[in-house]
Amino acid sequence: MNAKLDLKWKQLCALDDLVPHSGVAALIDGQQIALFYLPDQPRPLYAVSNHDPVSGANVIARGLIGDLKGEPMVASPLYKQHYRLQDGACLEQPEVGLTTWPVRINDKTVEIGSMD
Amino acid sequence: MSKTKLVVIGNGMVGHHFLETLVERGHSDSYEITVFCEEPRLAYDRVHLSSYFSGASADDLAMGKPELYRQWGLNVRLGDKVVGIDRERKTVTSQHGELITYDKLVLATGSYPFVPPVPGHDREHCLVYRTIEDLEAISASAENAKVGVVVGGGLLGLEAAKALTDLGLETHVVEFAPRLMAVQLDEDGGALLRRKIEGLGVQVHTGKNTQLIDDGESHVHRMNFADGEALETDLILFSAGIRPQDELARQSGLEIGERGGIVVNSSCQTSDQDIYAIGECALWNGRIFGLVAPGYSMAKTVASHLADGDEQFLGADMSTKLKLLGVDVGSIGDAQGHTPGALSYRYSDDAAEVYRRIVVSADGKQLLGAVLVGDNSRYDTLLQYALNGIELPADPASLILPESSGAGAPTLGPDALPDSATLCSCLNVSKGQVCCAIDSGAIDLAGVKDATKASTGCGGCTALLKSVVDNELEKRGVEVNTDLCEHFAHTREELYHIVRIEGIRSFRELLSKHGKGLGCDICKPVAASILASCWNDHIMEPQHVSLQDTNDTFMANMQKNGTYSIVPRVPGGEITPDKLIVLGEVAKEYGLYTKVTGGQRIDLFGAQLHQLPEIWQKLIDAGFETGHAYGKSMRTVKSCVGSTWCRYGVQDSVGMAIQIEHRYKGLRAPHKIKFAVSGCTRECAEAQSKDIGVIATENGWNLYVCGNGGMRPRHADLFATDLDDETLIKYIDRVLMFYIKTADRLQRTSVWMENLEGGLDYLREVVIDDKLGLGEELEAQMAHIVSRYECEWKATLEDPEKLKRFRTFVNDDAADPQIVMVQERGQLRPA
Repeated sequence: MNAKLDLKWKQLCALDDLVPHSGVAALIDGQQIALFYLPDQPRPLYAVSNHDPVSGANVIARGLIGDLKGEPMVASPLYKQHYRLQDGACLEQPEVGLTTWPVRINDKTVEIGSMD
Repeated sequence: MSKTKLVVIGNGMVGHHFLETLVERGHSDSYEITVFCEEPRLAYDRVHLSSYFSGASADDLAMGKPELYRQWGLNVRLGDKVVGIDRERKTVTSQHGELITYDKLVLATGSYPFVPPVPGHDREHCLVYRTIEDLEAISASAENAKVGVVVGGGLLGLEAAKALTDLGLETHVVEFAPRLMAVQLDEDGGALLRRKIEGLGVQVHTGKNTQLIDDGESHVHRMNFADGEALETDLILFSAGIRPQDELARQSGLEIGERGGIVVNSSCQTSDQDIYAIGECALWNGRIFGLVAPGYSMAKTVASHLADGDEQFLGADMSTKLKLLGVDVGSIGDAQGHTPGALSYRYSDDAAEVYRRIVVSADGKQLLGAVLVGDNSRYDTLLQYALNGIELPADPASLILPESSGAGAPTLGPDALPDSATLCSCLNVSKGQVCCAIDSGAIDLAGVKDATKASTGCGGCTALLKSVVDNELEKRGVEVNTDLCEHFAHTREELYHIVRIEGIRSFRELLSKHGKGLGCDICKPVAASILASCWNDHIMEPQHVSLQDTNDTFMANMQKNGTYSIVPRVPGGEITPDKLIVLGEVAKEYGLYTKVTGGQRIDLFGAQLHQLPEIWQKLIDAGFETGHAYGKSMRTVKSCVGSTWCRYGVQDSVGMAIQIEHRYKGLRAPHKIKFAVSGCTRECAEAQSKDIGVIATENGWNLYVCGNGGMRPRHADLFATDLDDETLIKYIDRVLMFYIKTADRLQRTSVWMENLEGGLDYLREVVIDDKLGLGEELEAQMAHIVSRYECEWKATLEDPEKLKRFRTFVNDDAADPQIVMVQERGQLRPA
């Protein structure tokens, strides 16, 4: 419970930088983050790592998003594995996955949460 | 209980098949089996021996493997030959001095090549063609040879001729009979085969009786013929037929035929009931069977007889279908029409070099035999008629006439075959067995092959087997789900129809009216493609932007490290020096790797996302347009220079290619589409390997459709001939729009056309005869798309909103620091 209290929010980019129903990449402290924006969904914003663990390239933000059995997902643009946006789990290869971060829209700004 | 002692002499293909059958049927456990193999290696595939010279190794050809035989519990005597059989004591003695007793003995000693007793036949560099050791000797002998002669123009002789051509020798075939393949073909068929083989550079000498082989003047040998002529050569291969290897049987007093061969009954027992003979050493009913399939039947017969079964060998169909030196040759039953009263029908096309003959019974109802040269596509159907006594159509000639002449070639549907019909003659698998396999759980072609072994021999029956399997599965109601994905319970064709009829302009509208959920990486690009094919709005409009796969989204091709390649359009492959210089300058400035593509364009690799707009600004300023290399869309129109430069060209192929490329550029389709235009029949643009191929004629253009290269290459089909410019475009408009309208997702034109009921003929009826009354509508739809064309990159550069996406990071101007390049051959490539 304490962890939640310690979460620090950092400004990442402007809301206007996001592309609806699609993804963009952002860079913070050397970390590449893929941001996906689903403006009309109950949870509109997801932040996962931009690094594709299968190809080793930084391309996840450029994948197509949608849902599989109701769960929002992104498909890697290179080899088409599907990753659950909620927790980064890979549906085809359980041994790989994406890192996820807490993320929120604060007025016109996108903020990412971290523990440090 | 002690096991019965079984000795098998000979380990060729038939001997191997015998052992395999025993094991498969579970009979091997009750025997102690000893196998003698005279050759230094276990059984191998002799049928495909000539592939040894086109790259196959002895391992590739191997059938019997030591570990497999160990697993089967066999005692193998490799490189040891049985030299005596004592039938009184029931023992065999081997060359190495081993004495083994038997209860049952199987002779699978095969045959040896017949070498005519011509003086000089035993000179050095006079060889035969039967074993892998023979092949090694041939290869060694060929090293210092320029010219090679095969004595024998039969099936084996022509196989041997292929081996010599593969070794790079000037190859001659010398045949005693007046024609090639005198057993299987008739005179016209033999003549055409000769012409085709000579066209391949093999010289054929028929009616030649070799009388003496002695020293040549410019080559090793000189072959002197009875007619006074002579031929010089460095190497001679005798392939003039086979003789049964019956020496051992002869010595042990078994009954031997007058002209050789171990006499067997219908259980393949010799005159000693504990000794069997199978394969090419056995003589049944006065006949030797020199093919592998009858040998396999004999092997099965003995396996059955040993287990008190009642299978019998009652002769075999000697029909053959093969490719000799790349030429299709087929022979069925009474190929030469020897049956009294038999009638023949012949079709001969000198231009296409195709010959077909059928021999039918006097009442015209049964097919007795057939000869095919140059095209074996009718073989399977004809063989089924012949083997199963299926009543012929009222006009038997329709079976051999070309498809375009009226009713089209009747193919025998899978339902017309009786259960007894043999589908695979190598492994003797009937339609009934295939149905049985399906009933016991095989759910696809692979499953049926596994269960029945059908089509695992020569493979010639694969297409027939597939059609039977598909048909049977369908009859059993095995249903294939045709839904696009979990978000749309429709096929692509249905969605296309919905979009057009309801005037749907966006994915969200389509999803809310006809689908569910958020969509996925399958339905989104399909919807984007359909919307583009129908309305051709800019793909970067906000409502479309999230639908495209990354290549379409960023209008470039993503490579493995996340960078992109850029391919500007070069219509018809024609490019000015100034434009070439611009490509070079841009590539140099951005450090891009450059490579010429198969579609006559130049691909620039290694650009990062944020560089794409800058690079395209320079390209567009120089007059380039986007090349759509990233889309499921019209790619390129390849061309040769045609009549403007080439001394053979009959039309301006570059001009036509450019016209076509400008008309269809930007057209989105279920899959990529490639075109080519050749200026004459020499076909330097390779138009027959394209979705749409155009070849110039003296009178206009021939149109070919539905070809492709790639994983499953397919030649395009000739669709219409001698078209004027206007009709050519009209037909292409209609073919393409009909494809876009009805094809499945990611289905190329070839597969689409093959799946159209009625195939090419049906497509002609729709496009040329306008059978569905769609012609004008298809043209109007194409006209709409053509009128809406804009260069996607130009439009993007003019719109700051669209450019927003072309940032590697939205909050930082940095490039991706993890992209690392290294130098190779003077250019950069991913590390």
